[in-house]
Amino acid sequence: MSDQKQERVGVYVCHCGTNIAGTVDVVDVANWAAEKLKHQGVIIAREYKFMCSSLGQELIEKDIKELGLTRVVVAACSPHLHEKTFRTAAKNAGLNPYLVELASIREQVSWVHTDKVVATAKSKAVVSGAVSRVIENRALDEIKVPINPNTLIVGGGVAGIQSALEIANAGFHVYLVEREPSIGGHMAQFDKTFPTLDCSACILTPRMVEAGTHPNITLLTWSEVTNVAGYVGNFHVTIKKKARFVNEELCTGCGICQEKCPKKVIDDVYEAGLGYRKTVYTPFAQAVPNFPVMDKENCTYFIKGTCKACEKFCPTNAIDFAQQDQMLNIDVGNIILATGYDLFDARRVSNYGYGRLPNVFTSLEFERLSNAAGPTSGNIVLRDGKTMPKSVGIIHCVGSRDKNFNNYCSTICCMQGLKFAHLVHERTGATVYNFYIDMRTAYKAYDEFYQRVLEEGTLFVRGKVAEVTDAARNDREKGKLIIQCEDTLAGKQRRIPVDMVILSSGLQPRKDAKEVGKLFGISCSMDGWFTEKHPKLDPVATMTEGIYIVGCAQGPKDIPSSVAQGAAASARVLDKILQKEVSLEPIKASINKEACSGCRICNGLCPFNAIAFIADDMVSDINPALCQGCGTCVAACPAGAISGTGFSDAQIMAQIDGLLLKNLEIGNY
Amino acid sequence: MKPKFAMYWAASCGGCEIAVLNTHEKILDVDANFDVVFWPVAMDAKYKDVEAMEDGSILLTLFNGSIRNDENEHIAKLLRRKSKLLVAFGSCACEGCIPGLANLSPVGDIVHTAFNTITTDNPHGIYPRTSYDVPEGELHIPTLAKALRPLEQVVDVDYYMPGCPPESHQIAAVIDLVVKVVKGEAELPPKGATIGVGDSTVCDECPRARNVKMIKEFTRIQDIAPVDPTLCILEQGVPCNGPATRSGCNARCPQAGAQCIGCYGPAEGVMDYGARLITAFSSVIDATTPEEIDHILDGIPDPTGQVYRFNLAGSLMKANKSAWEKA
Amino acid sequence: MTDDTFEPTIIGFTCNWCSYRASDLAGTARMKYAPNVRLIRLMCSGRLDPTFVLRALSGGADGVMITGCHPGECHYIEQNYKALRRFLLLRRVLTGLGIEPERVKLVWASAAEGAKFAAEATAFVEEIRKLGPLNWGKADSGQQTVDHEEPSTVHRPSSEVEVPA
Ligand SMILES: Cc1cc2nc3c(=O)[nH]c(=O)nc-3n(C[C@H](O)[C@H](O)[C@H](O)COP(=O)(O)OP(=O)(O)OC[C@H]3O[C@@H](n4cnc5c(N)ncnc54)[C@H](O)[C@@H]3O)c2cc1C
Ligand code: SF4
Ligand code: SF4
Ligand code: SF4
Ligand code: SF4
Ligand code: FES
Repeated sequence: MSDQKQERVGVYVCHCGTNIAGTVDVVDVANWAAEKLKHQGVIIAREYKFMCSSLGQELIEKDIKELGLTRVVVAACSPHLHEKTFRTAAKNAGLNPYLVELASIREQVSWVHTDKVVATAKSKAVVSGAVSRVIENRALDEIKVPINPNTLIVGGGVAGIQSALEIANAGFHVYLVEREPSIGGHMAQFDKTFPTLDCSACILTPRMVEAGTHPNITLLTWSEVTNVAGYVGNFHVTIKKKARFVNEELCTGCGICQEKCPKKVIDDVYEAGLGYRKTVYTPFAQAVPNFPVMDKENCTYFIKGTCKACEKFCPTNAIDFAQQDQMLNIDVGNIILATGYDLFDARRVSNYGYGRLPNVFTSLEFERLSNAAGPTSGNIVLRDGKTMPKSVGIIHCVGSRDKNFNNYCSTICCMQGLKFAHLVHERTGATVYNFYIDMRTAYKAYDEFYQRVLEEGTLFVRGKVAEVTDAARNDREKGKLIIQCEDTLAGKQRRIPVDMVILSSGLQPRKDAKEVGKLFGISCSMDGWFTEKHPKLDPVATMTEGIYIVGCAQGPKDIPSSVAQGAAASARVLDKILQKEVSLEPIKASINKEACSGCRICNGLCPFNAIAFIADDMVSDINPALCQGCGTCVAACPAGAISGTGFSDAQIMAQIDGLLLKNLEIGNY
Repeated sequence: MKPKFAMYWAASCGGCEIAVLNTHEKILDVDANFDVVFWPVAMDAKYKDVEAMEDGSILLTLFNGSIRNDENEHIAKLLRRKSKLLVAFGSCACEGCIPGLANLSPVGDIVHTAFNTITTDNPHGIYPRTSYDVPEGELHIPTLAKALRPLEQVVDVDYYMPGCPPESHQIAAVIDLVVKVVKGEAELPPKGATIGVGDSTVCDECPRARNVKMIKEFTRIQDIAPVDPTLCILEQGVPCNGPATRSGCNARCPQAGAQCIGCYGPAEGVMDYGARLITAFSSVIDATTPEEIDHILDGIPDPTGQVYRFNLAGSLMKANKSAWEKA
Repeated sequence: MTDDTFEPTIIGFTCNWCSYRASDLAGTARMKYAPNVRLIRLMCSGRLDPTFVLRALSGGADGVMITGCHPGECHYIEQNYKALRRFLLLRRVLTGLGIEPERVKLVWASAAEGAKFAAEATAFVEEIRKLGPLNWGKADSGQQTVDHEEPSTVHRPSSEVEVPA
């Protein structure tokens, strides 16, 4: 195919100690390549103990310089391990790094096969494929792009707040976008936090205030990201700032409008449906920012055209019924997603009776019940609003570790169940039963908390609850909720009558996680959590450069881990900002405009919106900055008008032929 | 002395010859500038006359038709030897065309179908034999090959001119070019080039409006009513081969209200025409589950015929497995 | 078809992010699998041009294994769905060419599924072994001319009638 001048190819076969040489006759492979692939341009083939060692690399560098190699094949380990090493070696010797090809004969041959003859034969085929391919490789230059120092953080829960503060404190600007009226996330709803039982508001509020007043943080609440274009270092983001109907310039946050508003509605978000709010409201007293928002759907003025009580009483004339949604365009270099979780909907486990049996509560409802600032002022009472329960059953793993719902463990529910047990015990003196499958109290000071709750006299029943019912079988059960369960330690069925049941519901991905992922160009796992770049070694980065995930958006976790991730992602972002520019892999697709027919087949194929149709010329065009190099459009263009660097048709076709040993001068081996 | 010109008709329908005649007075240029030495459809000629010519003495040979039997092969080799420039003329010579669809079946089945189906009146079940003794001696008819081959699979080809048949305005343009070359006024294109074509695909010349295509159902053109005369046919759910087919015909079929069926063959540099259509059609399918996708694909009843109608013999696979397996 | 010595040759296409990493993991974990599969790394299963498969099959491969990330987990978000669509149409076209559809297989394997990768490779080799060699590369569709022969599917009348002189 490359018919001009013949390339000068060097082949280097690594022993990797005995890792390769133990199963592959490396000397034979090298000799074979030298002889059988000579006509293709192989002018030297060597084997060496450790090619990746500095001596091994020097061997290649020396040959490049002295023998004038124009292509290099290293038959060794996976390219994911040492491609960079050998590319750098080539670069040091003055050869373009993309003219080096790795043939994996360790992960793909010696480690997975046992028969030496077969393994050696396969190694030859793999080397032959790499030689044919490398000849078709073309020199490529890394692409450098400058990094915009601003950062976008989506979601103002504890994780997002942490990220924002870290970056802002380091002196760089942050846009913190939160879709609710206030930042704070789930943590703002809790009374106490395990395992230390410190007051949630006491530790979170100062952080929220700091974020709200930080000169380097632009806080955009009641806002959502609607469009993301661009790539690492250069994202262009469109944010919809929903109309609050309150002028933020004029509002002092005095709260008179809330007071005067005559219309009350059930607060399904912050109060988990247990309490009320007005139609002009801040979700809670410590809300940041403290400007209210108006709930247009429920506002009497918007429905009936009269009322305007808030407007009448507002001392600063901040109420503005004519306010419109605003679209803001910002440019940022990096994006952190901290969108958190949704609570598992306990109604789905119908046998636990939530929504049907009044005194079955969800975990979030209980958080509000036990919260001193909550609808009952912290009194733990039944649905009637006054009766204190004498016995309480707490059911763990609701919706988690269950084939029918979510397979995963929600991580926090055991600890949360223990926290609830402690609070019930402390505030009501009721008898508390905890029903668990396994008690999971890993991490610092968690098991100690479990011991403490045990000592307080909470009763533990190991076994999955089959049913919660109000169908009494005897007087003892009459008027109670009966928890039917197998006690797997005692090996018998139990029916335990209680006054109140709390469901320790699991965490699940936000219901719009898939769309949000798509908007930002990242993927979700099968369960729906955002996928990290590497589960162990790169837990806050994603496959899309410049996009990070923190907190529960990445998977269920507690507050300390959410905060740690928030800080970790900030460190990654700061690292990027300080580098001032990033290099991008020069693997890109491009369209030959002469050959493009404007059929528009490719137009719907790029998830990064890199392909645009230029109506004036009736051709399509690829923005190299947006192209991530997947090659889908290259493979799709029916006119053959799209080509891709690094993985060109010629390279792959040559590798196929090489692997099939069609490139040999004389017969088969 | 005028340079010599030849044209031959191998396995093909004859439309290509008609297309040449369809160039009207342009044909006179051929006569004016060339000495026509061999053109069986237009003048009397004998193979032995060609055999007697000096090698390389014919300047230009337009070879139409593909190689189906040993006679085709013999003449292809003969004309190759005698000609300076051998042009694969028309889709059959370039890529096998409709006759190449016979490669979907073993040759025995083809003969059987031709001589022994209800559409054939062959009460005595007579089958042809390749040689037969008669009092005057042994008679021969050409032997069929296992499969049909385009010209380039048998001899070296200098230029390709696709089309079923090549459009007359393209033929005229090529005649003009050759005349100029003969007069020393123009240069020949590089060897191996495809001539008389555009540099893109049919959509490039198609006047129909198009959008991002999302197809929930494939259908036949006769099953949609009314067909939107201004909108891309593929977008209306009819598999149009235009996106993958070499331009040059002025989008004749879509202009006339029908989908392109692909007679101009693949675009420049394309290795397999059918693969390009596979990607084209699958790219516009708006479905994600295998069941949904399969359901939509059911709308293309003969996928192999759809994507290889003109190109099977020239494709990477060349023929159905049964055609080459049975030897 | 019943050749005991037949060792299938298989070309495997992997994506850089999942299935190639799965094969790496099979390696690091020293899982053993059939040596007949020779891999090519693409960036994504979406890069798979059907031409690659045709080139492999017509060039001597007995089977082709196409692999990528699980649906919903493609590094490029959704390109494996595009690979799936192509694969399903390609398989129909191959069937029309008389090629057993089982010769081309699509496998999803995440970076964590080294064991699945190894097992699928071995299973595929066995499937192809049962089908026998494809031998396409060795078939030249026209080289040798044949006399008009028996039809493959339909019975041909036994008595041939002389052509009257
Ligand atoms: C009942 C219960 C009790 C718990 N108790 C404890 C405890 O005692 N101790 C402990 O360590 N952990 C506890 N947890 C776990 C704790 O809630 C989480 O670890 C923590 O809240 C995670 O914080 P986050 O910032 O990741 O998510 P979240 O708190 O969910 O915050 C996410 C934020 O992002 C916003 N958002 C979401 N989508 C968008 C979008 N598209 N655009 C803009 N903004 C968006 C949300 O409005 C929200 O403000 C408990 C959990 C539950 C359910
Ligand atoms: S698929 Fe190819 S020919 Fe069609 S618009 Fe895209 S680049 Fe142009
Ligand atoms: S290669 Fe992939 S990312 Fe690049 S333009 Fe094509 S489809 Fe988009
Ligand atoms: S697909 Fe067919 S109808 Fe549509 S633009 Fe192309 S040639 Fe015209
Ligand atoms: S539109 Fe297609 S089928 Fe019709 S003449 Fe042109 S190339 Fe041939
Ligand atoms: S990256 Fe694996 S299939 Fe797309």
